[in-house]
Formats: sequence, structure tokens, C-alpha cells
Amino acid sequence: MNIYNPEYAIEVNHLTKEFGEFTAVNDISFNVKKGEIFGFLGANGAGKTTVIRMLIGLLRATKGDILINGIDIRYHVEEVKKTIGYMSQKFSLYNDLTAIENMRFFGGIYGLSGKEIRERSDELLDQFKLQPLRKKIVGSLPIGWKQKLAFCTTMIHQPSIIFLDEPTSGVDPIIRRQFWEIIYELSNKLITILVTTHNMDEAEYCHYTSMMVKGKIIALDSPLELKKQYNAQNMNEVFLQLATT
Amino acid sequence: MITGMLAIEAHGLNKKYNTKQALDDISLAVKQKELFGLIGPDGAGKTTLLRVLNTMLLPDSGEAKIEGHELIKEYKSIREIMGYMPGRFSLYEDLNVEENLTFYATMYGSSIKENQHLIAPIYAHIEPYKKRLVSKLSGGMKQKLALCCALIHRPSIMFLDEPTRGIDPVSRKDLWKLLQELKKENITIVVSTAYMDEADLCDRVALMNEGKILDMDSPENLKKNFTKDLFGIRSSDDTFGLIRSLKAFEHAHTVYPFGDYIHYTDIREKVVVKDLLVYLESHGIADVEVKNIQPSIEDYFITLTANK
Repeated sequence: MNIYNPEYAIEVNHLTKEFGEFTAVNDISFNVKKGEIFGFLGANGAGKTTVIRMLIGLLRATKGDILINGIDIRYHVEEVKKTIGYMSQKFSLYNDLTAIENMRFFGGIYGLSGKEIRERSDELLDQFKLQPLRKKIVGSLPIGWKQKLAFCTTMIHQPSIIFLDEPTSGVDPIIRRQFWEIIYELSNKLITILVTTHNMDEAEYCHYTSMMVKGKIIALDSPLELKKQYNAQNMNEVFLQLATT
Repeated sequence: MITGMLAIEAHGLNKKYNTKQALDDISLAVKQKELFGLIGPDGAGKTTLLRVLNTMLLPDSGEAKIEGHELIKEYKSIREIMGYMPGRFSLYEDLNVEENLTFYATMYGSSIKENQHLIAPIYAHIEPYKKRLVSKLSGGMKQKLALCCALIHRPSIMFLDEPTRGIDPVSRKDLWKLLQELKKENITIVVSTAYMDEADLCDRVALMNEGKILDMDSPENLKKNFTKDLFGIRSSDDTFGLIRSLKAFEHAHTVYPFGDYIHYTDIREKVVVKDLLVYLESHGIADVEVKNIQPSIEDYFITLTANK
């Protein structure tokens, strides 16, 4: 039994996931502080997606514990889902609905009242500077704007932790930076962000990073410390060293 | 001016999907044996351009020659000399590794044996699994196989659509190493990517956005077009505060986060670093480092797209 540390948004202890004979996640432990931007890095096939699916309650662990804001996900998965947001790398909004209709739909799924949805949508569209898109059919928008809107919609139920799975893959450089500015702003408001990316420039933005190889976490530290430790110029070099050893 | 036989010569290519102008008056020339990059975000028109150039898609207007063959009239000759690795996975899932390779080789009247040396460095990674069904391969392995299949008939020109999308830095590095090897085999390579830093690995690139080519040259020359003094600024203390304060600075021209540094340009000709430090300190941003930096392709791309 773990004693909850209120400093942490996510606590993972000895987490393991087996698929038949194959151990996808092999006894990993890490904590993410509240308000932290946590870069969840790793090689293809290292087990990142499996971990994220367990963290958001879509997959049950074989062994080990996950506490989300102190709540054990094994016994309270529905409660946990209300406090987290998830944006997948695959575009997840409805192309044939308008921006505001999408927000109303996802707000409804999270059980928000009509009034809550109206207030919250306005607040988010202002914050993300997306008001002009309000009544536009999502399918007609440029890809970068769609991603921004998907991010915005992820926030509809005021989650305290957000999981972003390669949120900026293929997004144009200016909008990508707007994404990161919003991520910093959320972090400043003590919202926790766990982000996966193959873009090592973006790993540099994170407060803390973990590196997964073959089901194990083999490094866990701030980008600055990792660069020092591996005598590397940048996170790309750190990654190359870690993943090929 | 480029002289000699061109691998690709295109003039005024246009392509519209319903109301969306996917290609907007595209002209370009690619030299033989060149490693040429189409660099741009999703929706820039990279895939459409590749598919027009490799005869998979008809343009609405414009003309092009591939190795001297006319795009529309001589499409069959073009198909014989080109290899294409599409962005979306395109192998037969219900065949095994070896069967896929044999299939592609036979389609072109070639055999695995004939050009084995060409694919050897990549094929070595997947050969242990040659009897495995493609549906059971990992993403990275599928991608290596797709590349082998596109190469097995020894094309003289290769089109690769975002081969590094979604793959980790190790596989990315391997892939670029391989493209450099293919260059030595005298194969012209046209590769698209949304990773701006990969531009530096190409001989020449076209920077694309919203169906247009914004600029086209060697990466070194393109970076010279970024004429403003560029500063990298960081604070170990409070990155969000740093961005906000810099944006509010009266002399600020551009402020963009770039990894661990903020890239900053100033509207003034001469920038006094001390002014900047004093200003930031007065806004409570401590432990600030400011240094002169060289612009990257991404810095230049941003200047091209920001002024719209």
C-alpha cells in the first residue's frame, strides 16, 4: 500500500504489463510532480503507448500500482477519467461538426451541464485564440488549427493532468510554438502535462524526462542533467546514446 | 542556372481538390544524383507534389519531365525508372517479408538477387524475419521493408514520402545514413519531411507551405537569407515568465521557443544585450543567459510564413 504524496500528480510503482509471453512494460517506477511538463521519451516499440494506456485507464496493469492525484486507478477508474485529458496523435474530433459542436459533444460526454459547456468553451476558445473558428466545420480547417482545436477540446472538463501523444507531429513551426506556449502556461497554473514526442527539440522544453527502452525506464532526469551526465550537446545525442547502448 | 540533364523539371503545376488548391503553380528543377528535400508542415502539398511527379496523380495544369520523359505522355517509361515509398504503409500484410520483396522485384522484371547489394544494409535488419507475415512486423520493420521494396528494381529516381514520420531518433539517423549511401549509387532522391532540421541533410530543398514553394536552394544558402541578428535566451528559472516578458518588451520583433532556448530578434539594428538583461531583471527573471546564435532552416521558415 502506498502513502499518497500530495506533491505528485502521477505515481507509478513497479508497473508491469504482459501480453501472453511478451513483457511490454517491465517493472517501471516514476513520479510526475504537479505542474510538471514531463517528457515521456523512448524508441519505437519500447512500450510508451502501453504505459499511457494504463495511465489513462484504458488498459489494466499485470502488476504494480498507478496513483493519479492519489487515487488508485485499479479501483476508481471512472473517477480518475474525469480528472484527466488525453489527446491522441490521431486526429480525434468530428470533421463534419463545427468547432463549438465538437466542444459541446465532448463536454456532454464528461457530464458537463449546458451552462458549464457554454462558459468553458468560451473561456478555452479565448485562451487558445480560436474564437473565429467557432462556427467553422472542423473538416475545412488547416491541419495545424485542427490540432490546436483538439488540444483545446481536451481541456473542456478542466482536467488537472493532460496526456499528449505526439501532439505536434507534422504541425507547422509557428503553431507548434503556440502549442508549447500554452503548455507552459498550463504548467504555470499547476496543470500537469505528460507528453510523448520523437522531436528531440521538444524534449528540451520539458522539466523532466524519462527514457524507455525495451519495456524499461533506463534514464529519468531533467534534460539539463541528462545532457551533463551523457556529455551531450542536446537531447538528440542523449537519445542516440541511450537507445543504442 | 542548372545545366545538364535534369532528373526533374516541372513548370507551373497546379492541382485542386474541390476548393482546396493543393498545388499552386509549382515549378522546380532537381539535378541528377541530387538528394532533394520537400520541407513543410502537413497540408503543404508535399504528398500531392510527389504523387504528381511520380505519375500517380494527374495535375490540373502544368508540365513536367522526369529524366527527360514527359509526365503524362510517357508515364510508363517513368514508372520503370522510379521507386516510390508512400507515406502510408503499402505492403501486402498477408504475405511474408520475402514474398513481398519477390513480388515487387518481379513486377519490375527484376529479382532479389540482381540488386541485393543495394538493399543489403537495410535488409540485414529484417532478414532474420523473412518468413514472418508482414502483419506481424513492428512499424519500424515494416518501414524498412517498404524501402527495400521501392529499391529492389534499382530505380534511377526515388520518391520517399515522409519516411521519418513517427519514427524515433535512432531509426531517423539510420534512414538518413542510408539515403546518403544511395546517393553514392547515383540514384536521385526526392524526400519529403515535416522535420525542418532534416533539411540540413539534403543537397537542396524546397520549403513548402499551403501548396506553394516559398523558397528553394541549398540549406546553407537559405540560412543566409535570415539577415537579422538572432539571440538564444534562456533562464533556468521560469521559461513561461521569460517568454511573456520578452513578448512584452517594446523592442521585441520575434520571440519563439526553440528547445531549451528562446529565439529572439529585435526591431532595432543594434541590440545591446545589457539592456535586455536589465529589462528582464526588472521583470523578475533571474539567471538569464543570452548568446548570439546561427539561424536554422526552421528560423528562416518561420520568417517566410509569419509575414502573411
